[in-house]
Amino acid sequence: MRAVEAIMQCLKAEEVDVIFGLPGGANLPTYDAIYDSGIRHILVRHEAGGGHAAEGYAKATGKVGVSLATSGPGATNLVTPIADAMMDSVPTVFITGQVRTDLLGTDGFQEADITGITMPIVKHSVMIRDPRDIPSAIHEAFHVASTGRPGPVLVDVPQDLSRADIDYEPITSVDLPGYQPTTSGNAKQIRLAARALANAKRPVLYVGGGVVNSNASEQLRELALSDKFPVTATLMGLGAFPAPHEQWLGMLGMHGTRAANYAMDEADLIVAIGARFDDRITGKLDEFAPHAKFIHIDIDPAEISKNVPAHIPIVGDAKDILGKLSTEYKALNAEPARMNEWWSKITGWREQYPLGYEDSADSEIKPQFMIQEMLRVTEGQAIVSSDVGQHQMWTAQYYDFPEPRRWINSGGAGTMGFGLPAAMGAQVGCPDDLVVCLAGDGSLQMNIHELATCADNDIPVKIFLMNNGFLGMVRQWQELFWDRRYSAVDTGKHPDWVKLADAYGATGMQVTDKTQLGDAFKEAIETEGPVLVDVRVTPEENTYPMIPAGQAARDMVG
Amino acid sequence: MGDPGTKEVFRLEDLEATGGRLMGRKHVLSILVENEPGVLARIAGLFARRGYNINTLAVGPTDDDQVSRITMTIDGAEHPIDQVTKQLHKLVHVLKIRDLDPNESVRRELALFKVEADAHVRQEIVQLTEIFKGRVVDVARRSITVEITGDDEKIEGFEQLVRPFGLIEMVRTGEIAVQRGRAET
Repeated sequence: MRAVEAIMQCLKAEEVDVIFGLPGGANLPTYDAIYDSGIRHILVRHEAGGGHAAEGYAKATGKVGVSLATSGPGATNLVTPIADAMMDSVPTVFITGQVRTDLLGTDGFQEADITGITMPIVKHSVMIRDPRDIPSAIHEAFHVASTGRPGPVLVDVPQDLSRADIDYEPITSVDLPGYQPTTSGNAKQIRLAARALANAKRPVLYVGGGVVNSNASEQLRELALSDKFPVTATLMGLGAFPAPHEQWLGMLGMHGTRAANYAMDEADLIVAIGARFDDRITGKLDEFAPHAKFIHIDIDPAEISKNVPAHIPIVGDAKDILGKLSTEYKALNAEPARMNEWWSKITGWREQYPLGYEDSADSEIKPQFMIQEMLRVTEGQAIVSSDVGQHQMWTAQYYDFPEPRRWINSGGAGTMGFGLPAAMGAQVGCPDDLVVCLAGDGSLQMNIHELATCADNDIPVKIFLMNNGFLGMVRQWQELFWDRRYSAVDTGKHPDWVKLADAYGATGMQVTDKTQLGDAFKEAIETEGPVLVDVRVTPEENTYPMIPAGQAARDMVG
Repeated sequence: MGDPGTKEVFRLEDLEATGGRLMGRKHVLSILVENEPGVLARIAGLFARRGYNINTLAVGPTDDDQVSRITMTIDGAEHPIDQVTKQLHKLVHVLKIRDLDPNESVRRELALFKVEADAHVRQEIVQLTEIFKGRVVDVARRSITVEITGDDEKIEGFEQLVRPFGLIEMVRTGEIAVQRGRAET
């Protein structure tokens, strides 16, 4: 059969039910095969939208997201989603068309060395050189993308090879001798970790996106509740532990809660689970958690002791390790009272420094209030996708995620424009859920064209636009650290968002009065199809609290 | 990585950190890779991106035509070697990495030295070459080219000795190495 038909067979064997993509010259054969493959294809309006949609789908469902693009500019438009998927460990497979093999290296029309360009930002990539390798390459791509520490895999298929006739035999296993991720944690190390926990007087569980990726929330909860361990999470880890909860300290890091950051600062034992001690967490590395010993659980050995030397490293799948760790810990019958003093301290911080803001005296909508209203109206049950900036941090602070895979955002890469296409992907993956895109007015326009995709494909994403007329986070930094010299952060008066929504075939609404906000959200949710609610919020509100970049947790301001 | 042999402890204070430290010695990494296009680019790219310096690099086939060996030397005082090897291991085409202790391995490099040599110093250079068990591979009216094989210390020793004559150029292959004894590298 034609190689492209073999690709479809492989995708079906991998249980792919949807592809986000955009055709072009070099992947015409692939699109010809899609035509009657039975696999749902969603035509995006820009390849970056397709890439982020695949990410959103993967983050919401836990399955591999798939995105297609043609050669040259089609492929280079995927660079940002690929980089984003790498930073946040999102299982994704990108299949790009490439020019014919006789044109390779000749600067042919729409030729770009996409495997070369993406080399530093993929988990793995391959350019097909022999059409007979295509089926194994596709299966290997899914295997590598979804196992170990997940990530993006690129398969680049030259146009002539995709048309070649090959013998297709279904492949049931992959053979990659150089790729053998460790999944099972070392028993001795787990026992040691349990003993360390039993001896800790001021422990903290520091949870990252790895717990979400590993579907280990239940095991995390079991460990946390096996005693009274305080839990904090990174931006990527939100939802891994149910919020609100008496043991939940809130997010940590640059815009985390004081309780979480101060707890890290004074802890004697920190258990990092699927987290990587990013600079947004540690601040000034030399002064990070100065009293703590570290148990570091991660499936990627290279993360262990990369930024912070671990005392008890445990390589493996968080789900496996946390389950065993709970069992080992319970067997030790540790004395819960040893943490009494620690909890009275934590409770003190919580009472003294709750998250808060000064609400407006008039009808002005404070951005934090907007998130609280969204939480109230959705009853915490929405899948929330965000863009990047202040609105993202406020959502992370004020929206309580009761379970994992409900918070879809771009953490490591901080990709503006991620929110809408990711929400689209999440909605396609979870058609029965309410999916809200909590966008910023700076970010939303970066991929606004996907609103047309949503309208045309009946993808009923609700966009709640936090419109402050600024590139808000940059403005905040200019206000705080650059003498209020507002350089290039005013996003102006355009577009007219209601008209824009209308033009794209969505429903547009605008809210300027806080007393009408909740009802507007309700109306948006009840309206069929995609809706954009333009919410005018306080233009110059700062995201607090904050650890200024490069400073320590105890230097928090605001 | 799973079992670094940490002591069984009861007191948190007794726990010691692992990894992340610089280990001052020179490291010879012997890396077996799948013989696939772009493998060297991936490794070079990884080093460039993470800011690691490669001192020497030698690439060649092995007894298995599906597998190539890359031998590289890096300075452990500049880079945390465990990070370097762990990052390398993440490349799917990297099959095996051995961090060879220079004292526990046989290392060889080939170097060509082109030295200024008119008639009256030529004999002196030839004598030095013999002492170093090298070979004269080219003689011209005003220069002589010598081949030396050995570990880096021997080659650098020879370089120091001939430099005063006027070293026109030096070409080195980069070290290759093999583990001493029966064990496979």
